[in-house]
Amino acid sequence: MKMVVAIIKPFKLDDVREALSEVGMTGITVTEVKGFGRQKGHTELYRGAEYVVDFLPKVKIEMAVVDDRADAVVDAIRKAANTGRIGDGKIFVYNLDQVVRIRTGEVDGDAL
Amino acid sequence: MKKWLYGSIALLAANAARAQSETPTLSAGDTAWMLVATVLVLLMTIPGLSLFYAGLVRTKNVLSVLMQCFAITAVVSVIWVLYGYSLTFSTTGMEQGVINLASFVGNFDRAMLSGLTRDGLVLSIPESVFVTFQMTFAIITVALIVGAIAERMRFAALLVFAILWVTIVYFPMAHMVWSGNGGLLWDLGVIDFAGGTVVHINAGIAALVAALVLGKRKGYPNTAMPPHNLTYTVIGASLLWVGWFGFNAGSAVAANGSAGMAMLVTQVATAAAAVGWMAIEWIIHKKPSVLGLASGAVAGLVAITPASGSCGPGGALVIGFAAGVICYFAATKLKRALRYDDSLDVFGVHAVGGIVGAILTGVFADASLGGIGLAEGRSIAGQVWIQIEGVLFTVAYSGILTFIILKLVGLVLPLRVTPDEENEGLDLVLHDERGYNL
Repeated sequence: MKMVVAIIKPFKLDDVREALSEVGMTGITVTEVKGFGRQKGHTELYRGAEYVVDFLPKVKIEMAVVDDRADAVVDAIRKAANTGRIGDGKIFVYNLDQVVRIRTGEVDGDAL
Repeated sequence: MKKWLYGSIALLAANAARAQSETPTLSAGDTAWMLVATVLVLLMTIPGLSLFYAGLVRTKNVLSVLMQCFAITAVVSVIWVLYGYSLTFSTTGMEQGVINLASFVGNFDRAMLSGLTRDGLVLSIPESVFVTFQMTFAIITVALIVGAIAERMRFAALLVFAILWVTIVYFPMAHMVWSGNGGLLWDLGVIDFAGGTVVHINAGIAALVAALVLGKRKGYPNTAMPPHNLTYTVIGASLLWVGWFGFNAGSAVAANGSAGMAMLVTQVATAAAAVGWMAIEWIIHKKPSVLGLASGAVAGLVAITPASGSCGPGGALVIGFAAGVICYFAATKLKRALRYDDSLDVFGVHAVGGIVGAILTGVFADASLGGIGLAEGRSIAGQVWIQIEGVLFTVAYSGILTFIILKLVGLVLPLRVTPDEENEGLDLVLHDERGYNL
């Protein structure tokens, strides 16, 4: 199993969610995060005091997938979250050792 | 106006039993207005100023600012009743042109509001209304200082400072300017209708001194400390604008033409100042900001305060616009150049705005410029010089005494939180509370 983690631009969340349900993903977790990569921040000004804000708001989505679905999921995310401009984000794929469904105790493939 | 007012208090206090044709009678209209004006000025502090400041600090300190303003409201109200009204407005021993102790401060004859009755009048309103109205001025003057020491002063030290400051600095200043013949600055001829010197320059200078004595916030100016919620600040500024009509028009102590004109010039000056700050910021920074617009409005409100009883709409336009532009520079360039951490620009807006307004009051009081007219035989230059003297006195009095009071308090109580406490935030450290449990 794999854990797919993607950092995307916040306004792309809906597009990515739709794309994921089209490849059969039934559950994801979303967190609001901030970060920076190559995309530059911006300046804010308060009564003459200028601040450079490096961090940009992003959204992190995480989902556990079975191995043979991983590529399709990564591909779906990449296409849906892409704008062609700097700051689109990244996708990380981790190996996942175990998954347990809390309600029933099902493990691994049965829990996904 | 004010001259009749205080003459009347003295008259009443001295010989209430004597019936005279000049004995004031109750005016329901005046009383109704002054009741409302009192409420409006209280609104300026809670929550006007409170929200204005709260939005400008960081999330972890939002409650501390609200706490300070609210507590000051409560504490100063009590002090006012105990002896504040007495020290400010008792007039025994005051004589025009004579400089004695009574020229500087009143006495304790009216402590615990002794002599206050339900039917006693000050001019055409119940004395009780006058007492409460003036109380709200004392409250906001002290609360203003909070802005300069925000995010680092200990609450206990602030309360002790507030009590000492209102007693030693505010009550005498108000007495000298407003208690009538015999008052030091009254006799000098200083025109200060609603408190440009007594409230704004006074608080603004005290704020600067406090900011310097307490020192900069940890990380200032290199760490970003942007306002956590400018929506509060705009709400606060709006409440200040609306409430200020009580402050200025209420200083007429009557529902009459003086109040009407005070309201008009207040609106005009505030609007001109907001436009002025917005314009200069737009030019210099290429974009106008909502904080600038709101700050500009406050600068205009401050500047028109001393002039609201004497200038006309044309004068108000100039006073407002000048304050908007000048205070922009004071709160941005000057502050950065002089490197002091007046967190919320109390000096830049209230002291500088108050000084601009106090001086221009002397100019635009002249009848030829739409004003009410200067004193017999006085020229504009003459009045401006008197205004400058009033300003200089206020700056010296407030500055020196504020410094001494802070140092004294600092001997007994820690003024400032520790660096670790400052990092954590005053809300948790001093009050065991969080502003937001989201």
